[in-house]
Amino acid sequence: MTRLWLVALTLAAIHLAVALAGFISPYDPAEQHRDYPFEPPMAVHFFDSGGNFHLRPFVFSAGRMYPLQVLVNGKLFQVEEPGHVFLLGTDAFGRDQFSRILHGGRVSLGAGLLATLLTLLAGLILGSVAGFYGGWRDTVLMRLAEVFLALPWLYLLLGVRAFLPLSLDPVRTFLLTIAVIGVVGWARPARLFRGIVLSAKEREYVYAARGFGASSLHIFSWHILPDLRSAALTQATLLIPQYILAEVTLSFLGLGVGEPAPSWGGMLAPLREAGMLTSHWWLAMPAFALLPVVMCYYAAISTSPSDR
Amino acid sequence: MRAGGDSVLIRYLARRALHAVLLLFGVSALSFALVDLAPGDYFTDARLNPRISSETVAGLRGEYGLDRPLPVRYLRWLRSAMAGDLGVSLAYNLPASALLAPRAGNTLLLASSALALAWLAGVPLGWWAATRKWPGRILSFAASAALTIPELLMAVMASIVAVRTGWFPAGGHLALPALVLAAGSMPVVIRHTRAAVLEVVDSPFLVAARAHGISEGRLVFRYVLPAAANPLISLAGLSLGTLLSASLLVEVILGWPGLGPLLLEAVYARDVPVIVGSIVISAVFLMLGSLVADVALYACDPRIRVEA
Repeated sequence: MTRLWLVALTLAAIHLAVALAGFISPYDPAEQHRDYPFEPPMAVHFFDSGGNFHLRPFVFSAGRMYPLQVLVNGKLFQVEEPGHVFLLGTDAFGRDQFSRILHGGRVSLGAGLLATLLTLLAGLILGSVAGFYGGWRDTVLMRLAEVFLALPWLYLLLGVRAFLPLSLDPVRTFLLTIAVIGVVGWARPARLFRGIVLSAKEREYVYAARGFGASSLHIFSWHILPDLRSAALTQATLLIPQYILAEVTLSFLGLGVGEPAPSWGGMLAPLREAGMLTSHWWLAMPAFALLPVVMCYYAAISTSPSDR
Repeated sequence: MRAGGDSVLIRYLARRALHAVLLLFGVSALSFALVDLAPGDYFTDARLNPRISSETVAGLRGEYGLDRPLPVRYLRWLRSAMAGDLGVSLAYNLPASALLAPRAGNTLLLASSALALAWLAGVPLGWWAATRKWPGRILSFAASAALTIPELLMAVMASIVAVRTGWFPAGGHLALPALVLAAGSMPVVIRHTRAAVLEVVDSPFLVAARAHGISEGRLVFRYVLPAAANPLISLAGLSLGTLLSASLLVEVILGWPGLGPLLLEAVYARDVPVIVGSIVISAVFLMLGSLVADVALYACDPRIRVEA
């Protein structure tokens, strides 16, 4: 139980930090500091070179000491001009990696969550229709589901993405990415929900309700929908990390949200160039934001009480 | 197989094959429907070019058959696809099947070597983990931790390690992508082997066999392995889709000339025949894989023969 709490707290902290990206990050994610390309991460110091302790932590920028100013100009922290604070270094354009990871997290985590919502909604509606009404609706929907499941997932994802415009503005690409990821995965949850509805509608209390003249809508929402809740929750924990990775993969391959908007996948893409990481290791930082998120979701699955 | 067993197997296989063919129709129809939903085609950009007259574009579209209605195009494609002709690549102006065939072979080579590697190493490791108490728990924990590392990061890390150490032949050699892919799927194999063996080890028939004084070696190969094989073979069939998806990513990142890089290029260029071709080929791979798994299951588990 303590492990579940730890996992939940970590996830909450990461999501909160990403949600408050505008406040926590010292710079605009697209702001370029052309004089500081590939600046390595800066350490936050409490002791100066003379060994004196400073209550206000400081960073060294261009050889000079700059104390961190906390809570000024609506930012959590910043330093006075002409100094800079790059906690996780900068990329080739001198953009602050720390700010970009936080803002990029909005894209990756947001897409993961929203696409999961979309998939669950589609799966819930289509699976329930198939299971509840049966007949030709069931046949058509389940054959269609089989077609979607007959393809390796990434091939299907790329295939669907292929037939949509390549370059759009960031907001529309973001929505498009969510739609593609969400729609591609509808089949598996739909099959699961269909099975549950199928067994739930044979219960005696459902027959009793029908005997009392309850409408289909009433029966579905009062007697069948509650049965789907725990399955939907398990599916969500399973799908969210998968969909976050899907967004990261798409933007890594240049098919997601593009420059100058930051995304974790797009930030990792330069690593494909040989030697980029060995000389600029801090460019891998988005991976260290991605890993705990994915690991925590997987840990949540293996410890969740509904999963036995 | 015993008398009468052959005809049961043949009927079983025929049913599965028919199902697979119907699914392939579905998959190809789905990709065609997606093409039709998409705004624009390969020649949309040419239309914007002032130096290319609209008659030329119309002529080109007619030449490639893009001006026909969807059902006509699909049926024409289907007819030629049956003869092994997947249309003409718009970007290369070459038969798509000539482009796809060597790439598909490479993907098959990579995926099957990774599969073999993962199982040849994973099954003994899982076995070892099942028979020892503490090493088993540690290995099982390590496997679940490794399971959460995305293939994307694994492949990027591997390419960096390869460049840094020079242990692996650079670009286009099978060793590195096969190792990464195998490392990605091995944790699942280890965990499932361990679980399957643990389940069998305590079963009454094994206690009885041991009490009859049957040697340990014979116990393992004649009693434990066949009984544990059922869930493992099902797993191998099911994990094929994941393997092919992971393979696409690994191919792209580590520069293995399989279907993955070709599909990605085709997506960038909107080269429809190549996109549809690679999607259909990936579906064929998946189906052949599960067919092989079904046959293997049929061969080693007598319980299936009764059901079939």
